[in-house]
Amino acid sequence: MALRFEVLGRFNRARAAQLTLPHFVCQTPLFMPVGTQGTIKGLTNDQLEEIGCQIILGNTYHLALRPTSELIDELGGLHKFMKWPRAMLTDSGGFQMVSLLHLADITEKGVTFQSPVDGKPMLLTPEESIQIQNRIGADIIMALDDVVKTTITGPRIEEAMYRTLRWIDRCISAHKRPNEQNLFGIVQGGLDPVLRDICVRGLVERNLPGYAIGGLAGGEDKDSFWRVVAQCTAALPEDKPRYVMGVGYPLDIVVCSALGADMYDCVYPTRTARFGTALVPEGVLKLKHQVMACDTRPIDPACGCMVCKNFSRAYIHCLVTKDAMGSQLLSYHNLYYMMKLSRDLHSSIVYGKFPEFVCTFLQKMFPEGEVPEWVCNAMEVAGIDISSCCSPVSSSYGLNLDEKAHAV
Amino acid sequence: MKFAVKAWSNGRARVGTLQLGSIEIETPSLLLSTQKGLPHFISPDLLSSLPSPNSRLLQFSPLHFLDGISPKTISKIGGINQMLGLHDHEFVAIARDSLQCLPSHDGSNKFGPSFETPCGRRLIKPVEYMEIISSMKPSIWVTLADEVPAWVSDKRNASSVDRTVKWLDECIALRQMVGEVFGAVVGGSNEQLRQHCAKEVAIRGVSGYWIGGFGLGESMDKRPTLLNVVCDNLPKEKPRLTSGLDLPEEVLQGVAAGIDLFDSKYIHHITVGGFALTFPLDGIESKISTFQPGDIGSEQVKINLRATVYRKDTTPLVDGCSCYTCKNHTKAYINHLLNVHEMLAQTLLELHNTQHYLGFFHLIRESIKAGKFERFCQRFIADRRDLHVSAAHAGVSQSPLPKQEADYMTLL
Repeated sequence: MALRFEVLGRFNRARAAQLTLPHFVCQTPLFMPVGTQGTIKGLTNDQLEEIGCQIILGNTYHLALRPTSELIDELGGLHKFMKWPRAMLTDSGGFQMVSLLHLADITEKGVTFQSPVDGKPMLLTPEESIQIQNRIGADIIMALDDVVKTTITGPRIEEAMYRTLRWIDRCISAHKRPNEQNLFGIVQGGLDPVLRDICVRGLVERNLPGYAIGGLAGGEDKDSFWRVVAQCTAALPEDKPRYVMGVGYPLDIVVCSALGADMYDCVYPTRTARFGTALVPEGVLKLKHQVMACDTRPIDPACGCMVCKNFSRAYIHCLVTKDAMGSQLLSYHNLYYMMKLSRDLHSSIVYGKFPEFVCTFLQKMFPEGEVPEWVCNAMEVAGIDISSCCSPVSSSYGLNLDEKAHAV
Repeated sequence: MKFAVKAWSNGRARVGTLQLGSIEIETPSLLLSTQKGLPHFISPDLLSSLPSPNSRLLQFSPLHFLDGISPKTISKIGGINQMLGLHDHEFVAIARDSLQCLPSHDGSNKFGPSFETPCGRRLIKPVEYMEIISSMKPSIWVTLADEVPAWVSDKRNASSVDRTVKWLDECIALRQMVGEVFGAVVGGSNEQLRQHCAKEVAIRGVSGYWIGGFGLGESMDKRPTLLNVVCDNLPKEKPRLTSGLDLPEEVLQGVAAGIDLFDSKYIHHITVGGFALTFPLDGIESKISTFQPGDIGSEQVKINLRATVYRKDTTPLVDGCSCYTCKNHTKAYINHLLNVHEMLAQTLLELHNTQHYLGFFHLIRESIKAGKFERFCQRFIADRRDLHVSAAHAGVSQSPLPKQEADYMTLL
């Protein structure tokens, strides 16, 4: 184990902690921007540090293709290659193979996929995934899991969950750098509480440095989503970090943090930036919209980021989707927003102001009190009274607005 | 604005000081090329990493804002500096940007010049242009010009001179006391027309001159004569700016004729091409004395970061370079970023190339001050030719002759 996890403050299930990794001492809850190919969309390392980015995520699949893990290893690891001084996490590569490639076939041996280089079938085994990640050298590496769509039902879910459990032992024994890199296991089991329970128990028995909740954020309904998170966080050990994979909507992060999760990652803030959308406390702001052409206010007048301090919505409007600078500036703002959200979650929990923070957050996002029912339910389980910001309107109305706010 | 010539070399080349708003710079100097007021890939917080004050003079094209944002909104924001949050930078407005907004001579008429822009071909009348200029409040703005390519008839060329002078008067009549006016001088490749236009503009009350009509198909050999004719007919105490002289050799031609400010797209072109400038920038003395022909490895003018030789190269672009990119990153990393089409590659290359090209201008100024500009030019150009010869012998063709490179650049 190459990490230390110290809980600094709690509010019911929510916790704020200090996570000490080989390259950086992080404060949780935290959001990890996705830097797929060893860089985050046009931002320099200095800029990432300036906005408070603590861990960045690299995609094993992409890095293994280019520049290859052997080259990264030869040049001293990914930290040195991209000169990133803080912490890093790599995924297992399995998800990309399933999501990006057709004809991916998962067997007991591993994931067979068509090589994007020469079209030949290739096999990624749990051992190989770990070997590649050992070469890349991130602070946190992820076990290869059997990923299935959450919207699938039936025996495939069960098969995937058991296979994930069998593969974790192969990952553990293949892991050559346990004193420098932390191997996280991934809880699978779809939306089935019984399967999730078996998986959590199985993983906890292995006493890993940290645990991820996988197989979510894939189009399942919000009510199932938070219930799985709540079930897993309740069953995972108190003294280990918990990472909900693929979660990036600010509202989801607030809910998951209330339920006791610590880490998140998603391409959403940078991807939506490329489409001209800014994250703001009220939800989202579409800079492409014609009304922005004469709006001289900053994106978010309350935001302290370089973009909001310097530029008007009107100027960003004439850049977005036309010039590279548009997505560069919006990515900067959106990541700043996510980092600020992480810091606010952390400090509100530490200072015992978490319920106030949640209420203020919800009030801004749902000024009419139309807080979605799933959020109300999750907050009830989290023991956070949000009645002050909920109006007694019908829940379906609230859900619609929520969907609208999150439309990419 | 205050401008004073401080030193001459070789009769025409000159070093001056330009005081403009918050900055005081030495000329000859480079205007950083921008897209909508920001360097193409460098966000405003990174601009401060470039050497000041010479990086604080920025070119922009008012035509970039034709469809995106109205003059009324820009006025409300408070002008271009305010809109970009760049309060200690000075902006120079030039309609043509040599990249996306190009003069289209066959669309121009007596009412105004026509440009090919990202939003189609647009005719810009002086009244429209001045409305944009008034809203943007640049430190310097150039009057509208009817720029024609080198191959048009003398008749068309003559009408371009008449129109340009007429629009100069119209722009000045319409101006609302914002910024310094630089009068446009055209005349294509015809010496008599160049002289006539320069004389006409010289008698008008402008703060400086913009010499247009270059980089539009004229021969590189004819340029010195044309530039000399123009500069000979302009008052010596006012600054001269030009667009379209991009390559180092072209800049040297301009400096030799007495040009003070350059609106060059060279950095942009080589940056998007994946190149880094690497020619040596140590003092002029070593530049003149220590060059060893055949020493290609360290003396290349520029390197192509896409080349596979840099895959595992953990050295900076230029050893000892103090730019952000060289202080932090390796050739191997930039090679990877280019391979995977990541935008950070351009950001890092533009930072380095800008700093390096500013260094080239510094070298030019030092050589003029030392009275050795001509030797410096000869040496610089000879180096590049030697390189080509030795490169050709070695079977490598990374440093084409300046002429071929010029052709290549126009293809980009």
